[in-house]
Amino acid sequence: MEPFTTHTGIGVPLRRSNVDTDQIIPAVYLKRVTRDGFEDGLFAAWRADHTFILNNPAYAAGSVLVAGADFGTGSSREHAVWALMNYGFRVVISSRFADIFRGNSGKAGLLTAKAAQDDVELLWKYLENNPGESVTVDLPSRTITAGDIVAPFEVDDYTRWRLLEGLDDIGLTLRHEPDIAAYEQRRPAWKPTVDTPS
Amino acid sequence: MAGTLAEKVWDAHVVRRAEGEPDLLYVDLHLLHEVTSPQAFDGLRAEGRRVRRPDLTLATEDHNVPTTPGPITDPVSRIQVETLRRNCAEFGVRLYPMGDAEQGIVHVVGPQLGLSQPGMTIVCGDSHTSTHGAFGALAFGIGTSEVEHVLATQSLPLAPFRTMAVNVEGALPPGVTAKDVVLAVIARLGTGGGQGYVIEYRGSAIRALSMEARMTVCNMSIEAGARAGMVAPDETTFAYLQGRPKVPAGADWDAAVAAWRELRSDDGARFDATVDIDAATLTPFVTWGTNPGQGARLGASVPDPDLIPDDGEKLAARKALEYMGLAAGTPLREIAVDTVFVGSCTNGRIEDLRAAAEVIRGRTVADGVRMLVVPGSARVRLQAESEGLDRVFTAAGAEWRLPGCSMCLGMNPDQLAPGERSASTSNRNFEGRQGKGGRTHLVSPLVAAATAVRGRLSSPADLEPVTEEVP
Repeated sequence: MEPFTTHTGIGVPLRRSNVDTDQIIPAVYLKRVTRDGFEDGLFAAWRADHTFILNNPAYAAGSVLVAGADFGTGSSREHAVWALMNYGFRVVISSRFADIFRGNSGKAGLLTAKAAQDDVELLWKYLENNPGESVTVDLPSRTITAGDIVAPFEVDDYTRWRLLEGLDDIGLTLRHEPDIAAYEQRRPAWKPTVDTPS
Repeated sequence: MAGTLAEKVWDAHVVRRAEGEPDLLYVDLHLLHEVTSPQAFDGLRAEGRRVRRPDLTLATEDHNVPTTPGPITDPVSRIQVETLRRNCAEFGVRLYPMGDAEQGIVHVVGPQLGLSQPGMTIVCGDSHTSTHGAFGALAFGIGTSEVEHVLATQSLPLAPFRTMAVNVEGALPPGVTAKDVVLAVIARLGTGGGQGYVIEYRGSAIRALSMEARMTVCNMSIEAGARAGMVAPDETTFAYLQGRPKVPAGADWDAAVAAWRELRSDDGARFDATVDIDAATLTPFVTWGTNPGQGARLGASVPDPDLIPDDGEKLAARKALEYMGLAAGTPLREIAVDTVFVGSCTNGRIEDLRAAAEVIRGRTVADGVRMLVVPGSARVRLQAESEGLDRVFTAAGAEWRLPGCSMCLGMNPDQLAPGERSASTSNRNFEGRQGKGGRTHLVSPLVAAATAVRGRLSSPADLEPVTEEVP
């Protein structure tokens, strides 16, 4: 995973709450077996509408998405994170994220910056009045800056550390392999197992 | 100290706990399907890693599979399924492929084999993994990076959950099902109200539910934003489990039951949030909007967005009605549908099919309505056929299909056309979920069947009695 420290990019105001992962990428786009190429499916239904924000050339190269509350609800598909990243997004700002989406983002290197709804409203107004303007998201100081707006955001310490260092979770866990092996020794023998293929 | 069920299961699975780090939790069962696993196996290959515990890992083909006989015709879907087959063969993982007697929707397969047991941790790259919480397991959906993590380490670092008690006390009125209960819970909590929580469903109405009904309730916990839902195991749980292929027998059964009896929230255990629902006040519940929290009693009308106080919800309701092609004030019972879908991990089990068949028996599907009945697994299909349910459905004019996820998410050819409207026993009414431009109303199997007969959203009580003698 690429480390994340500070990112500056065009902000995209998405005035919608409850953006579920079926909207971020519909199921018919989930059939690829790679982690790339999902940008085609990003907001596929909405992008068919010429008034959709990403169809405005000023926002088309956006990399900081500012969305309404409860972003990423629904399906656990990590493809939603890949689609955003494949398109070019590095940060999503919202006042509330769905748990699984937030976890997936942290693993894949997309920063989910949880900001107060009032600050989201300020960012929306600023970006709507100044299409194509940039937003800076600084992870070490947990600060969002755009024009005169300076707003704090929340991200948990552990995710922040992993993003800053660009660390592979599996590698971290495998350092504790002896703990896993010791736990396996303690498990009750009657716990079910699957018949593995011979 | 008094603990909740969720905390007890959590604590029993801590592999490693360290200050400032998430707990590392052991995973007892990892379920796989073709959509969210290919990139995880690629990751293992890239790093030269193996699957740590193939004996705790099970795969099935469900999301892409056609529900009519024959091979997968969409080449991209076929590649995804073939990729799963190759990965399972390479890494030594058991797979139940299309046509296998054990194949089915991943959340139907685990419980019917008896693999989903009380006190376990169960994960799958699918948000409806919460289904297995009906057994008193801590079961939740994960993303593909986490799938890879569990394949490699059989464990997951997890930030702590908060706990929520949803108490449903009293007796459900006749015709009110588990689906209505959970739709009412979601309408109460909203799609984000459960975020960060594990819900424990409690109270006499929950205790009175069958295991399959409890699975329906836990299944949709995610639609309120909760990662998991649980029900404490009891005699109903043990009776369901005993004798299933993967459930311990003899002395092991006794040891298991003794351990399972401890799996309940202690008296005086503290929940971070509590919601109380009076079962007697519940009625058949349906959704009118484009998220599962936008629901109402079947007897109500489409709400007026202007009367919703919260600005965000007002806007969301306006957009939803526009997408759904509905006018505020329209009685829900007047909404006509094109398609009725009975199936999915929410309502594709044998009791669901029996309930729908009982309503449709001796009646016919309304003109211009197509009704798809898709069993949740090959075993459910066989059981239904042995009871003659398939003939009840086909005699009424419904289509009897092969098992899979089907029209719940339309990754296979079972989709709504743009503008088409469905009454669906599935779990999500998101825009385009069942096909681009499709409009979904979430309903119980009873409401689905009655709607198929009347052609408009209905409960069985709305139907004319069957007068002819039914064979």
